[in-house]
Amino acid sequence: MMENVLSAVAILMGLGLVFSTILAIANKKLRVYEDPRIDQVEEMLPGTNCGACGSPGCRAFAEQLVNSEATPGGCTVSSSDNVESIATFLGVDPGFAEKRTARLLCAGGKAEARDEIEYHGVETCRSMTVVTGGNKGCVWGCLGLGDCELACTFNVITMNENGLPVVDVNGCTACGDCVDICPKHLFTIMPVSQKLIVQCRSLLEGEAAERLCSVACNACERCAADAAPGLIEMRNNLPVINYANNELAHPKATKRCPTNAICWVEGNQFEYRKSRSLPLGRVEVFRSEETV
Amino acid sequence: MLLTLNHEQNGQITFKHGIHPEYYKELTQHLSVERMPFVEEYVLPLSQHIGAPSIAIVQKKQKVERGEMIAKPGGFVSVALHAPVSGTVTAIEASRHPNGQLLPAIRIKADPFATQRFEAKTPPVLEEMDQKQFVALVQSAGLVGLGGAAFPSHVKFSIPEGKHCKFLIINGCECEPFLTSDHRLMLEQAPQLIKGIKILARFLGVEKTFVGIEVNKADAIAGLQSLIQKEKTVMEVVPLQVKYPQGAEKMLITAILKKEVPSGKLPLDVETVVANVGTAVALADYFTRSQPLIERIVTVTGPGINRPANLMVPIGTPLHEVIETCGGLKPETTRILLGGPMMGVAQKNLEVPVLKGTSGVLALTGQEAREISTYKCVRCGRCLQACPTSLNPSLLGLLTRKGLYEEMKDEHLMDCIECACCSFVCPSGIPLVQGFRVAKAILREREAAA
Repeated sequence: MMENVLSAVAILMGLGLVFSTILAIANKKLRVYEDPRIDQVEEMLPGTNCGACGSPGCRAFAEQLVNSEATPGGCTVSSSDNVESIATFLGVDPGFAEKRTARLLCAGGKAEARDEIEYHGVETCRSMTVVTGGNKGCVWGCLGLGDCELACTFNVITMNENGLPVVDVNGCTACGDCVDICPKHLFTIMPVSQKLIVQCRSLLEGEAAERLCSVACNACERCAADAAPGLIEMRNNLPVINYANNELAHPKATKRCPTNAICWVEGNQFEYRKSRSLPLGRVEVFRSEETV
Repeated sequence: MLLTLNHEQNGQITFKHGIHPEYYKELTQHLSVERMPFVEEYVLPLSQHIGAPSIAIVQKKQKVERGEMIAKPGGFVSVALHAPVSGTVTAIEASRHPNGQLLPAIRIKADPFATQRFEAKTPPVLEEMDQKQFVALVQSAGLVGLGGAAFPSHVKFSIPEGKHCKFLIINGCECEPFLTSDHRLMLEQAPQLIKGIKILARFLGVEKTFVGIEVNKADAIAGLQSLIQKEKTVMEVVPLQVKYPQGAEKMLITAILKKEVPSGKLPLDVETVVANVGTAVALADYFTRSQPLIERIVTVTGPGINRPANLMVPIGTPLHEVIETCGGLKPETTRILLGGPMMGVAQKNLEVPVLKGTSGVLALTGQEAREISTYKCVRCGRCLQACPTSLNPSLLGLLTRKGLYEEMKDEHLMDCIECACCSFVCPSGIPLVQGFRVAKAILREREAAA
């Protein structure tokens, strides 16, 4: 009896010894050197794995930073102090990237875009699109059920009373979750310096467009005429802004817009529009005029 | 466990699972088909079928004749489009499509002085034709499956190398409640139907032809049987149990041939081609008097319609004109569907036209439209007993809520035929099929992106 116990112990000890030797040799022979700074930098990054920097996660971005393939400023989620401290740690230039944010290219909320039917079903935008493309007359516009609000990793999208998503520009990290989720493809990531925005995707023109939504672009081309040459071009009944010439942009291009489809946006979108009871006019959108 | 694929209930052939909804066919089944008067304007979307949109070959202000080709196929899985009326092309522009999008369409203004009679031309000679020419002709005739899916017929009829087709099943089930267009077609155009089936059987080289009809259309079964006997044609009329979705392609094959189409495969993999009765008649129309697909029978029915009817409607007729012909809508109408109540699509706008695949226009009032409140899944398992493809809709429904689409794929979501049996029986009123359609669309998108 005792012999059995002893032999079992001996065999296990022997096995343990053999494998530990193999592991010890493997540790020496197969060792891959990894820069210890990668771990440290990863620690300093926010760890949200949001992908806003363009890397698949914070670890990958840390590797790029250590290999000087990216600058710490590429992380738009970190505070500037944090970026500063990573830059000092690595001894590189922080290289602040321009602040970017998600913008919605539609301003047709409940009050502006006409509902054609009453929808009863799964309360998500995506589900609504399989039933004749949604309840609104406009087939391009925001459906207002807030898929983006749920998708946002940083909880900076809130649906306002008018059924439009308001992106908090300060909190937005430009990760692109909302861009992917929107079934109408209305979100776009753009630098905050690009303030001239066409908040409409309707390809209709004239009265046909305005019948469906009071803030639709009716393709009158006034903005294109008023803007600096080469800035705005009409394509498919919509003004397309050439952001390469963004320095030419000026709020005067929006002044004669009869529907407020083209806007000069400072800060968050849609916040100026507290209530739609105000008559449609150019003044209201120009809350930001004094700052210009 | 060995599954018996089909079973006989009360001596009637059918498939496993499925549901028995209220049929309401008595509203229109005794009414003969009326020809709808011509209206002022017709809208013909270039994508009326599954596959690539057709390509317009007419210009604005061009005069067209009834039956003239106005758009050519945009690829192999695509068909031609023909003018349903003589008139003038007023525009080729984005128009409302029943799927909710704005898609390019040809608008034709009918000529008020034209006779609007289709001039029969000498048909192509069948005896001198080989399979390839036949397929090309079917494509240029604009033929699509008239059962509702509008899948280009010539794709079904072109049998690839190495495969052959032993069985032809003609689908006269019309299992959707309310709809009676196929029923009337079988009663009123039986000789044309037999002619179409013969042509099809000849070119597919089949060994046996079946016509599957549900037993609630006893007059159609008897009529066809006597005609077959009189003409000494070799085909078998199979009376089937009244059950939804008996008319789904794969269910029909299971019921009649006792074979199951493997997951992700086509009927041709079990040596079968299934075609709708409407398609067979349209085929005969083309090969006897060169008439392409320019009109179809549409059942306009439902408790919201003042005068339910079976109408012969030129394709492209706006919905509001169709409804007006049937006496308009009752004020209590709450929902308008294109197609039957199970698989039809709710419409938000009556400007949309009747398409090649539109088998019915259905106006429901509050009573028939389902209760709206949704409760949690109580795991009763009724959906499992209803699902004709033997999926687990309950599990799939939970996965949809969590957005676990890849896992849904592992649960064979792609085999779902969207027949809506699960949603129909769900005591909690969960819109299961809507979720599945979303999941399928997302999976298809991901596949395309990868």
